[in-house]
Amino acid sequence: MTLSLTNVAKTFPGGVRALWPTDLEIESGEIVSLLGPSGCGKTTLLRIIAGLETADPGARILFDGEDVTALSVEKRKIGMVFQSYALFPNMSVRGNVGYGLKMQKLPTPEIETRVEEVLRLCQLEPFAGRPVTALSGGQRQRVALARAVAARPRALLLDEPLSALDASLRSRLRDELAVLLRQFGITAIFVTHDQDEAMAIADRVAVMTDGAVAQVGTPEALYRNPATPFVARFVGDAMPLGGRIAADQLHLDGGVLTLSRAAEGEAAYVRAEDIRIDPNGPLTARVEAVTFLGANYRIELSAAADEALFALHSGLSAPSVGDFVRLSVAPDAIITLPQDQTE
Amino acid sequence: MLKSPGKLIQLAVTLFASAFLLVPTLQSILAGVTANYFQGLSSGLTLKWVVQVWDLYADSIFLSIGLALSCLVCTLAIGVPAAYALARNPGRASRMLEEFISLPLAVPGLALALALLQLYGSMKGFRVHWTFILVGHVLYTLPFMVRSVLSVLAAIDLKTLEEGAASLGAGPARRFVDIVVPNALPGILAGALTVVTLSIGEFNLTWMLHTPLLKTLPVGLADSYASMRLEVASAYTLVFFVMIVPLLMAMQWASARAARVLE
Amino acid sequence: MSSRQFTLLCLLPLAIFALAFLALPIVRLILGSGEGERGWGIYLQILQTPRYLSTLGQTVLVSLATTVAALAISTTAALFLVRNRFPGRGALLAILTLPLAFPGVVVGFMIILLGGRQGLVNAVTPGHVVFAYSVFGLFLGYLYFSIPRVLLTVMAAAEKIDPSLEEAARTLGAPGWRIVLDVVLPALAPAMIAAGAIAFATAMGAFGTAFTLATNIDVLPMVIYTEFTLSANIAMASALSVLLGIVTWALLLTARSFSGATVAAGG
Repeated sequence: MTLSLTNVAKTFPGGVRALWPTDLEIESGEIVSLLGPSGCGKTTLLRIIAGLETADPGARILFDGEDVTALSVEKRKIGMVFQSYALFPNMSVRGNVGYGLKMQKLPTPEIETRVEEVLRLCQLEPFAGRPVTALSGGQRQRVALARAVAARPRALLLDEPLSALDASLRSRLRDELAVLLRQFGITAIFVTHDQDEAMAIADRVAVMTDGAVAQVGTPEALYRNPATPFVARFVGDAMPLGGRIAADQLHLDGGVLTLSRAAEGEAAYVRAEDIRIDPNGPLTARVEAVTFLGANYRIELSAAADEALFALHSGLSAPSVGDFVRLSVAPDAIITLPQDQTE
Repeated sequence: MLKSPGKLIQLAVTLFASAFLLVPTLQSILAGVTANYFQGLSSGLTLKWVVQVWDLYADSIFLSIGLALSCLVCTLAIGVPAAYALARNPGRASRMLEEFISLPLAVPGLALALALLQLYGSMKGFRVHWTFILVGHVLYTLPFMVRSVLSVLAAIDLKTLEEGAASLGAGPARRFVDIVVPNALPGILAGALTVVTLSIGEFNLTWMLHTPLLKTLPVGLADSYASMRLEVASAYTLVFFVMIVPLLMAMQWASARAARVLE
Repeated sequence: MSSRQFTLLCLLPLAIFALAFLALPIVRLILGSGEGERGWGIYLQILQTPRYLSTLGQTVLVSLATTVAALAISTTAALFLVRNRFPGRGALLAILTLPLAFPGVVVGFMIILLGGRQGLVNAVTPGHVVFAYSVFGLFLGYLYFSIPRVLLTVMAAAEKIDPSLEEAARTLGAPGWRIVLDVVLPALAPAMIAAGAIAFATAMGAFGTAFTLATNIDVLPMVIYTEFTLSANIAMASALSVLLGIVTWALLLTARSFSGATVAAGG
């Protein structure tokens, strides 16, 4: 199913603007993540698509070209996975998964076949008869997913589907979820505040902040070419370098870095993994702290930037605190963006 | 708000239930200040029934207040230390003891009164003394005090707090005064208001335990319902409302406050 | 003094009070029930005497009717009050919880004001409509003090229902009535069972209301009272009290295993 949002906005009673007018196009079978910090409007947008919230007048929501703006949630035929999973505690795993099919008044044998099919896909067969209260966090998450897809919804909406799990389980289930969503071949939108999760699962990511979409793009595009300082910082933790740009030169207290293009008056950002300790590098900085992370060292540097600058250094040894080191950054690893007045 | 017929039915039921509870209350308030209830409000408003109630039943009102306050003192003295002991020693024995002293919540007051009468009825000095009624009231209200304090104490990390105080050199009694009581205050307050409210309204036990010379407010009410004209009975009920409603509101406020502590 | 000794000291007042005024009197009551002419056979006599049996039946029936009605009314009102915010909501809630502190006698008087000889219904309807002194009046009285108790228990449970449970049912296409049936009522069931048991037990043991209303209603507490005061049949009064006490206590124990709530006041 293709999904088209035009002019979707939400103002809560009392005048709080949760979502500024937003347009978004999602292709059939595409997995899109709404990524942003809490309070950025991502859950509101998801709930508007689901029909659990009504958008301000003037919005248009099209499912496969059909206007569903006025349809209530029961009639939109979407599947939703809730943050708390919202499994019905009074029903078994099978009862939960079959509930949507029962609501469609399908004949019982067909319900049974389809429930078994989904349970098998989600590897839930051994638990079919159990009460959902007897399941682990990861199993519950799969039941929630199975329930949402069993009735073959037009789209699957997931609200922070992994946030209720503990860290070690989360990364494993993240990959499982990515595989399952592709198996289902369903158009899916999922909300998360975790950039790794968004990058790992989604075909495209919509980065949101302050009730608006800042940028939509593939994970690579967002990482390589962030459109705003917020996106640069939120996706891949780019650090502002400070200094002053003249033509294609960035002037810092510790030296001059060359940029890939002239960016007069713009601000420069760099990521820790792109700063290299290089005896011939053009930049001098003092080592403020060294943290051993196992695969590499995280080195805090004072170069010129107002904020601390971090470099990831792989190697058998690291410089000591108080040392002066020389650094280099590849020209195309420096992101330049127009000065952001809001930050 | 009222989009569906379901909502309308819910609203209707809610309003109907409210009316069922409120209308007779208003009637009784009105009847208590109306010169002649059968002629209606046209007969004029008067306070003479309230004055008459005061002349007839002032003693019972004061007895009820005195009983309620004495009952409060007793439940505080017995209940707060007991709740502390139960909180410090959670286990089967504590559960059973709590269950046992909660019996008066489950067993009808009439049965408890019969039990007290059979055991102590022959002790004439005690039987006709106001403390006999007090025993009944303490029996009935004590579980509320214990549970209210216990639920607050169970929610805070009492053991660690006490260990902290002990490491600073405080003995058991000092810890009780300095740590336990201040932290249990929301529960004690909620429990205290419940005890006073329930004691003032207690009838089932009191009716059996009272003597003609010792009538509490609810006993007086029953007496007035049986033998006085409607206006006097209503005026008396009005006096009762004036006492009990603020108490009830304070009790609900304090309980909500204690419940917030638990979260 | 060690902590252990201090804790035991803290329990001492309670232990003395509970022994003197709860444990011993209950033992005395139970022993007293066996001191009549028939000895312990008195419990058999209860089952063989039609008057006691019909009283028992009537008490259970009225209490059952009260429980069902209170659950239906209070659950509906509780759901409405939890889900909707509107001006006057606070006032409605206050009205619905007010009778919590009314003793049974006052509740009886309220019913007399509604349905007594000088009551509102008799005044505004043509003919002679008096129901206060009948079983129906008793039922209304029990309902009067059960509504607030059930309401508070069910409201507390309704507030704890995860709103996404209902949203999940809606996304799966469930219509409103199915959501109530499949999601809301199952979530409220423990609270409803607990509240229902409390309402039933309170109605079984309610004395004040029956006392104020009763001209001629045979409910168990009234029979105990008349056996004790009028007939001076102390053994029978004790036996019936023991029976009533066991029934209500067992019920409330069941109720508490479903929810930790204790709502009780007056009655």
